[in-house]
Amino acid sequence: MKTRSETSLTPARDAAPSEGLLSQPAALDVLFEQRSPAEAEPLEPVLEARAVTVRYGAAVAVSDVSLDVHRNRVTAFIGPSGCGKTTLLRTFNRMNDLVPGAVVSGRVAYHGVDVNGAGVDPIEVRRRIGMVFQRPNPFPKSVFDNVAFGLRLHGLKDDLSGRVEEALRRAALWDEVKDRLGKNALGLSGGQQQRLCIARALAVEPDLLLMDEPASALDPISTTRIEDLLRELRSQVTIVIVTHNMQQAARVADLTAFFSVEPTGGDEHERGGVLIEYGPTEQLFTRPADRRTEDYVTGRFG
Amino acid sequence: MTGREASPLSGGARLRRRRAASAGAELLSLLAAFVAVAVLVVVVVSIFLKGAGALSVHLFTRTPVPFGETGGGIEQALIGTAELVALATSIALPAGVLVAVYAHEFAPAGVARLVRLCLNVLAGVPTIVVGILVFTLMVKGSGQSGWAGALALSIIMVPLVARGSEEVLAVVPATLREASLALGATRARTVLRVVLPTAVGGIVTATILAVARVAGETAPLLFTSSIAATTVNTDPQRPLASVALSIFADSESPDPHAHQEAWAAAFVLLVFVLAISIGARLVASRARGGRLR
Ligand SMILES: Nc1ncnc2c1ncn2[C@@H]1O[C@H](COP(=O)(O)OP(=O)(O)O)[C@@H](O)[C@H]1O
Ligand SMILES: [Mg+2]
Repeated sequence: MKTRSETSLTPARDAAPSEGLLSQPAALDVLFEQRSPAEAEPLEPVLEARAVTVRYGAAVAVSDVSLDVHRNRVTAFIGPSGCGKTTLLRTFNRMNDLVPGAVVSGRVAYHGVDVNGAGVDPIEVRRRIGMVFQRPNPFPKSVFDNVAFGLRLHGLKDDLSGRVEEALRRAALWDEVKDRLGKNALGLSGGQQQRLCIARALAVEPDLLLMDEPASALDPISTTRIEDLLRELRSQVTIVIVTHNMQQAARVADLTAFFSVEPTGGDEHERGGVLIEYGPTEQLFTRPADRRTEDYVTGRFG
Repeated sequence: MTGREASPLSGGARLRRRRAASAGAELLSLLAAFVAVAVLVVVVVSIFLKGAGALSVHLFTRTPVPFGETGGGIEQALIGTAELVALATSIALPAGVLVAVYAHEFAPAGVARLVRLCLNVLAGVPTIVVGILVFTLMVKGSGQSGWAGALALSIIMVPLVARGSEEVLAVVPATLREASLALGATRARTVLRVVLPTAVGGIVTATILAVARVAGETAPLLFTSSIAATTVNTDPQRPLASVALSIFADSESPDPHAHQEAWAAAFVLLVFVLAISIGARLVASRARGGRLR
């Protein structure tokens, strides 16, 4: 069962109390029944975001977001398009460093260390915090070389083929590609390419994996395979997944954060992505504390 | 309004006018394309006819013979041109690719624009000016050499290689760079391991086209490498002969045999340039096909 502390992950907000019970689609309730007992483990933050604000020039994309990402849990970021989910995710592994004009303020601590702190090498941050992108982006190299890329990069060259096989197995792709390791990865199907990208990220053994809508470009069967994979990976690696598919969040995530675009400054026209509510997925979907969350998860959004 | 009584789908006078304009434009462009092809055919055929008498194996295996004699060749010029172009490419390929990589992958936007502007200006500098520049830098005092000629050619090649390379760097998907960086690669590693391997087909194409361009250059070699060399030489410290300058020298000669030899040499040069241009296209389409497969 959920502990009390788990239900108050969101830093205090003057959220409007939920009005009455929600009429939930029955399918979601069934999903929550099937949760593994692993959730009984205590929560341990891997990454803590505090008052994170990201601006692109004058435009605020993420406004004053504070949340914790917990070890061996799948955390979903949901919310309408443009609410800053991708931008926030990219502050975690400093990918926003590469975007001209992006300015990050606030603190992102990974195992207690500020990832933007002096003396922190973004290369090391990105090695520990892996990322999978919205569209599968394998290199135009062989399947093997794709997975070996990060290993070679970081000098993990002993037993290279063993490590590559291990990563492909963890990404549930080994059986499909073991006979074509030397073939160009672009010959794989979209779903296989995305699992290859997951294998490529897992190969360097990150302890946190960021996934930005990893299934949005895939067909339903490939999507199901990725979701199954996420449930398997949860015991080995901490996962943050951005999705705009609420069913997906309900199916794979232990914890869910809901973001929305809201007025940020005193100026009514200044709007940016704000964290509305963060808590156990089941609670967020069945007993949301905020009216806006309720509207979104019941499809009354917009 | 016109055509009110016409059926709603028949268009009316305005559409008819537009269709006529479109047909006219199509005809004009067809004509222009035909003229371009026709000029090429006329040039190739007439050069072939004029040089046919001197086109023999001897052209490739012998050096020039004294005035009035027949059966000479331009072996020294073919070898010289091959060496000059090879040396020039070995300078211009790395330099051009580095400039492109700097401008496209590392430079701030303003600097990149400046670099691009400089490349465009350099590409437009008359080749005789390049020849004179290298002459004042390298030849005055120390004399002509293969190196000086190759340097002059490479100065002409650099902007061609750099601009062509930059075009292919621009079509390497940003998502590939992100994938590499997200795995903890530095920008330099990303360029070396991901960007350049992906762009290599286009870089090769740009380089081959630059080779085709300078293989026939005359002006940059006029003051820098030899115009009068009639013996085979492969030492770049000394002046190297070249096909383009042989054509020039032969056609200035009062000897009619030399004139024929000039036409034959021109034909050889033309066939070489056409062949490598077509080869470049093949490399380009193979690289594209290979990337999709
Ligand atoms: N590179 C960028 N430059 C400028 N604005 C950007 C950039 N990337 C995203 N934005 C803006 O930031 C806001 C949040 O975008 P994003 O993080 O992609 O949202 P989401 O992933 O939730 O759809 C949007 O208004 C978007 O237009
Ligand atoms: Mg997004």
